[in-house]
Amino acid sequence: MKKLELNDDQVKRYSRHILLPEVGGKGQRKLLEGRVLVIGAGGLGAPISFYLAAAGVGNIGLVDGDTVEVSNLQRQIIHFTHDIGKHKTDSAREKMEALNPDIKVTVHKTRVSSENILSIIADYDIVVDGSDNFPTRYLVNDACVLSGKPLSHGGIFRFDGQVTTIVPGKGPCYRCLFPEPPPPGLVPSCQEAGILGVVAGTIGVAQATEVLKLLIGIGDPLIGRLLVYNALEMKFRTVKVPKNPQCPVCGPHPTITELIDYEEFCSLRS
Amino acid sequence: MAQEQMKNLSADETPPFDETLNIRGEVCPYTFVRSKLKLEDMDEGQVLRVIVDYPPAIKNVPQSAANEGNEVIGIKQIEERAWEIYIRKREKK
Repeated sequence: MKKLELNDDQVKRYSRHILLPEVGGKGQRKLLEGRVLVIGAGGLGAPISFYLAAAGVGNIGLVDGDTVEVSNLQRQIIHFTHDIGKHKTDSAREKMEALNPDIKVTVHKTRVSSENILSIIADYDIVVDGSDNFPTRYLVNDACVLSGKPLSHGGIFRFDGQVTTIVPGKGPCYRCLFPEPPPPGLVPSCQEAGILGVVAGTIGVAQATEVLKLLIGIGDPLIGRLLVYNALEMKFRTVKVPKNPQCPVCGPHPTITELIDYEEFCSLRS
Repeated sequence: MAQEQMKNLSADETPPFDETLNIRGEVCPYTFVRSKLKLEDMDEGQVLRVIVDYPPAIKNVPQSAANEGNEVIGIKQIEERAWEIYIRKREKK
């Protein structure tokens, strides 16, 4: 492959990356050649996609079928008041391209389903889950395990958040931690429970950090570790999570070999 | 990292070098950013001559290059306001 030469603008734009001994020009070129899919352009997707764009991740895909609503703006900082009614993917793409004309943003104006997810993720090196519901979370996990794609998982709820990194074959998957989704109605959704807006930023930025580390190949990703955050106590803890030898999707004898569309129970869409 | 004493080369002293990077007009930190990018493309043991005219660079570039494990051979003043910095590429182990 021909080596990508950094132009004058790029040398200056990414100089604070290049100065880092762990990154350098080599690391920056890996970011520019990186292909990352962000699922959800909401609370988590906003900081994830904005920082990945700023960092110069060359190809970023965004999946979201929703439009911007006024109640999103308290946390989804990539969307502005004048974007209300616009597709979230379009609104996010505009900001990302304005921030960094170097990158290419591909939008998928849809919700992921068992029908479309494998073909959507096929074009990317890493998948980032910024979704707000369990059916999507399990679908994304299973699709990444089945296609061997690294996945950054993030979840937020009220004042709490969690992050882990799933690299199929190298550590546990989301189902190793939580084999089945909770029954519909048991866990209140964000829409019902509320969320302190900044928690989305904290968790989304942690996910973006994991993506950059994976693309460059530095540091210790959260493989086999769950980062748990509480904003009220302002505490981060890291819990070791083992691979489940009986995992229904990534274990040696999987019972899940096809994708499942769980019942949509995060039904309060607005 | 210990502050290394940078060797000042006399006017008739020119160490052998493999590559030249003329970055007159460039300021810090881009002087080192550009030197680092050039060094990344060179082989271990090769020598880079960097030409700068921004006075802080004669301290910053050698210091940063040494911090990343390279060997700074010396600095030579070539004009009242221009210098050559000779750096041998070393990979940090």
